[in-house]
Amino acid sequence: MKVRIGIGIIVFFSVIAIIGPWLNDLMGIGPWKIDYDAIAEPPGAGHLLGTTSQGTDVLAQMIAGTRNSMVVGSVAGVIGVILSVVVGVTAGFFGGKVDAVLSFVTNMFLVLPVLPLTLIVAGYVQDTGPITIALIIGLFGWAAGARTLRAQTLSLRGRDFVMAMRMIGESKPRMIFVEVLPHLAGWISAMFLHLVLAAILAEAGLAFLGVSSADTISWGTVIDQARQVALLNGMWWWFVPPGLCIALLGTATGLVNFGIDEVMNPRLRTADIKAMRKALA
Amino acid sequence: MPEETPVLAAEDVTKHFDTGRQTVRALENVTLRLYRGRIAALVGESGSGKTTLARLLAQFYPVTSGEIRLRGEVVSGPDKDFYGEVQLVFQDPFASLNSLRKVEHNVRRALKLHGHAADDAAVHELLAKVNLTPAADFARKLPHELSGGQRQRVAIARALAVRPSVLLGDEPISMLDVSIRLDVLNLLARLREEEGLALLYITHDIASARYLSDDIYVMYAGQMVEGGPAESVIQEPKHPYTRLLLDSSPDPERAGGSSAFTATAKLGEPPSLVDPPPGCRFHPRCPFAKEQCKTSFPPRTEFADGSWTNCWLHNES
Ligand SMILES: Nc1ncnc2c1ncn2[C@@H]1O[C@H](COP(=O)(O)OP(=O)(O)OP(=O)(O)O)[C@@H](O)[C@H]1O
Ligand SMILES: [Mg+2]
Repeated sequence: MKVRIGIGIIVFFSVIAIIGPWLNDLMGIGPWKIDYDAIAEPPGAGHLLGTTSQGTDVLAQMIAGTRNSMVVGSVAGVIGVILSVVVGVTAGFFGGKVDAVLSFVTNMFLVLPVLPLTLIVAGYVQDTGPITIALIIGLFGWAAGARTLRAQTLSLRGRDFVMAMRMIGESKPRMIFVEVLPHLAGWISAMFLHLVLAAILAEAGLAFLGVSSADTISWGTVIDQARQVALLNGMWWWFVPPGLCIALLGTATGLVNFGIDEVMNPRLRTADIKAMRKALA
Repeated sequence: MPEETPVLAAEDVTKHFDTGRQTVRALENVTLRLYRGRIAALVGESGSGKTTLARLLAQFYPVTSGEIRLRGEVVSGPDKDFYGEVQLVFQDPFASLNSLRKVEHNVRRALKLHGHAADDAAVHELLAKVNLTPAADFARKLPHELSGGQRQRVAIARALAVRPSVLLGDEPISMLDVSIRLDVLNLLARLREEEGLALLYITHDIASARYLSDDIYVMYAGQMVEGGPAESVIQEPKHPYTRLLLDSSPDPERAGGSSAFTATAKLGEPPSLVDPPPGCRFHPRCPFAKEQCKTSFPPRTEFADGSWTNCWLHNES
């Protein structure tokens, strides 16, 4: 049940991200459209979530912002997951010198302070768009995941079924992709969700600090603008929605990860499939 | 034991595990030979090194000293040809099958990798050979849909798929329900007969060794203490440790074994393999221990019934 709620929230935001522009058109609103008759208006019939101090529609901004925030999250998630799988699984499976080198690199990235580093890089790159931020988060945020996957792969590699498949002469690539990787699916999806959330938060944080390009709208930029005006004037309808969205997505990833933990629990390991079904029910 | 060349043999094998700070002396100068169409049982308490010996025979790790020989040739490391001849069945059938893959995956991969026909018919034939019928139904099942005994049969079918000449069974029935142990033992006995396999059957339970095997080897704390034709070892145990094992085995034919001897010997615990007792490692538990036993390991004494032991009680020179 918890997992379902989590997945439901994530699907909801993904759908909004995909159909966002079309949805705004449908409702006849737009993130940049200024309504001079309704400046700083609280939620009402004309503007469901009210308007900003410039007279733009908060709902329209939220819908447009969802797309950018989700893009930042998923791009960072995909890059980070690919890196952590490649580095972590390779190190764990092959061991020896390969492991020594990859673990060294992993540990180096692990101690890098990601957010300050992101600030520095963002400061150098002109016009820090969502993709840039996603790239930075993905490229610097994979190490913790790689370390976990290395440990998991290491333990899988010594398990009887892997030894048995090695004894019948299974090739290394098939051993990794067919025998080992599917067992890491839970970890990998947990990692992906974690990175998505981290990237969305980082992007919001950067926007909050004013590091983001002026012509993109994301949950973070909405908060940033609201911070400058809304807090002073008590315009709660402006800053509550983006804050709520971030909190909701955070809760959702938490719920899904919680369910994944249940599946990965060694107590249930012998009945992976059953446990998976139960946790998803 | 026959004069022919053993299919697989461990000759004077020693294995020490270096775990950083300490060395575990798991096996000392152990010899074990497996012959075509014969079952050898390896009996010993927990921690005596049975699994270590099986894994050395299967080339999971290298020997510290001594040799593993396949048909008389020293094996220098595992390769595909070696595993085409030697297969190991693990103790825990819940761990030896990939929980995410169907039964047929295991058998089919083994067939394919060794260049045998890997169509449904071939897969089903193998499953039928280990009594998993209807084979077509079992082929499509996932491990969690099977009982322990059925899983173990799948593991055996996978091992057989490469058409090996040696099958090493590391306590293949110890994790199974008592009611189906006999079925799996009978399956192993049949494979020896029909396929002419050389089998190693590792067990704690000397009664099941007697039931199944042609030869019995007894190991204590990494040392081989006795061996020979099953009946000789069971009827006339030479080494005090073998007698202890027999007396504490719940075999109805040998009821009432609790003598003063077992009482003394039972008191002890198997020794630490990091710092094992010198000489015969059984001497701290042995009621007959002499001075000699504490200093040096006895040489082998052979008997007319084909058995042998390493024990100072049988070596008066
Ligand atoms: N990889 C290893 N590293 C260090 N020590 C090991 C290793 N494998 C086995 N040992 C040690 O070697 C000894 C013999 O272990 P082994 O598993 O061969 O015993 P066993 O006779 O199979 O016992 P059981 O009946 O419980 O399966 C034990 O003391 C064990 O701790
Ligand atoms: Mg063992």
